[in-house]
Amino acid sequence: MFPRPIQQASRPAQITYQSLIPVALLMWLLPLVAVAIFSIKPDTDFTAGNYWGWPSSFQGLANYGKVFFESDMPRYLMNSVLITVPTVIGAVALSCMTGFALGVYKFRGNLWLFFMFVAGNFVPFQILMVPVRDLTLDLGLYNTKMGLVLFHVAFQTGFCTLFMRNFIRALPFELIEAARVEGVAEWRIFWFVVLPLMKPAIAALSVLIFTFIWNDYFWAVVLTQGAESQPVTAGITSFNAQYRAAYHLMSAGSIVAALPPVAMFFLMQRHFIAGLTLGAVK
Amino acid sequence: MTTATLPDTHADSGGPGFLRRHRMTLAPLLFLAPGVLFFLVYVIFPIFQSFQVSFYRWDGLGQPEFIGLQNYQELATDRAFEVSLWNNMKWLVLYLLAIPGGLFIALFLNQTVAGIRIYKSLFFFPFVISQVVVGLVFTWFYDPTFGLLNTLLESIGLPAINVLGDPTLATYGIIAAGLWPQIAYCMILYLTGLNAVDPEQIEAARLDGAKGLRMLWHVILPQLRPATFIAFVVTIIGALRSFDLISIMTNGGPFGSTRVLSFYMFEKALSEYGFRMGYGAAIAVVLFLIMLCFIAYFLWSMWRQERGR
Repeated sequence: MFPRPIQQASRPAQITYQSLIPVALLMWLLPLVAVAIFSIKPDTDFTAGNYWGWPSSFQGLANYGKVFFESDMPRYLMNSVLITVPTVIGAVALSCMTGFALGVYKFRGNLWLFFMFVAGNFVPFQILMVPVRDLTLDLGLYNTKMGLVLFHVAFQTGFCTLFMRNFIRALPFELIEAARVEGVAEWRIFWFVVLPLMKPAIAALSVLIFTFIWNDYFWAVVLTQGAESQPVTAGITSFNAQYRAAYHLMSAGSIVAALPPVAMFFLMQRHFIAGLTLGAVK
Repeated sequence: MTTATLPDTHADSGGPGFLRRHRMTLAPLLFLAPGVLFFLVYVIFPIFQSFQVSFYRWDGLGQPEFIGLQNYQELATDRAFEVSLWNNMKWLVLYLLAIPGGLFIALFLNQTVAGIRIYKSLFFFPFVISQVVVGLVFTWFYDPTFGLLNTLLESIGLPAINVLGDPTLATYGIIAAGLWPQIAYCMILYLTGLNAVDPEQIEAARLDGAKGLRMLWHVILPQLRPATFIAFVVTIIGALRSFDLISIMTNGGPFGSTRVLSFYMFEKALSEYGFRMGYGAAIAVVLFLIMLCFIAYFLWSMWRQERGR
């Protein structure tokens, strides 16, 4: 193990290390801690100039209550869910198939198709913006959740295919060979042999794509406007315009908007990290 | 016809001869069709369409008018474009600091003490929250009247600074905000990488008297190469994609000093003063060509790995 395990160090060094970690963490998360404190402060603290002092009273419930019951926030959150969940399902489903095809079959152009997905996944969004916006308008899907979902599914298929294909490559190929010798149809091999083995990859991609899409801001601004279809990342700016200078509410709103991916991460940490390392670092 | 009622365990394997004979061609084709089709329509074709649009003058509504290279000629003399391009370079170079930063924290946390798992996840925290929220959080952190940064500066007797209001500082302030989640990402890549480092090699090197930085450089880093490669890829991509933070924190200002190509393109194409889709597309093409150098390098590396198998 590198660096040398702290247990081998002297007692004072160990104690220093143990007490240094929480301090380092606090400094690392300081901007976030500040927002969390803001979100439970009462309105009067800000007008009185008490920004960094102790909250004069605990107003967490009132502040968060306002966010949930007196603003458009619940609608934005709902929109985010309705955009994110179908995208995750669509992108994972499509990439299971493309990943299977590229990972299992040998045909001419296999590597080229694979590289097309990889390269497409890396392009800057702006090169797609004008045509995609135009296409969405032509389809009559501008300012709909559907329009966003379709684009996200297509774009994320690139990344997901990269991941799935590499994952399938690492599976024991003899299983598929054996099934073929038995005369099992190809789609049954996919469904009954390969898919069950892909569960970890599917879980990893699901959490990862969930986070990516939930946090998307650019496409939300390009393809939607207004509370009826905008996700929470775009909604938070209108929310902030509504509560300008009401820092306690803006902080509470930001925390609410950020929470779902955080919860997802803590629930499915292992899968999440497996996905982030693109399966390449084990 | 009586045979048809017999239970058949491979119901479809005896299908029509054509399908059966060509199944090794048809199967991949059918599995690929939906994904490839979607990807072509929404990603690959739009790239070429953007190239095409960049030769037109178009407000997004009326008839596009072909103007050849005029958009690109205009770019050559556009001060705002120059500023954006420079800022992109700053982003690219400074964003790479996330890699040593992430490595440093990973080395710091790569211990087995009580509760270390929780600490690792909490250090990773900034990456999971959306850039919009990161942008808001840092805007308040930098705020000249009540921001924590100035409160701290004043408490140690330094003059207050208005990071986001100062044209020379604003971009660096935004990059610092961007580094926060990016360092967390690199950290997690290195933590997973460090897990896989061969303990025997470390022991052998220790017996040879290697330690500290020499050990890190000659023994550990070579083994972390896959992690470094991915950290490099995601950091470059992240740097060139920077948009959310700029849009939230300064909206390109003050005086357009924090624009980057991705933001400037958006501003031109969908500006309040009329859409300039053609000009925007030309900016996007430049950004794309910069990115293409890196994409080509990434693909080349991947291709070498594939051949090595």
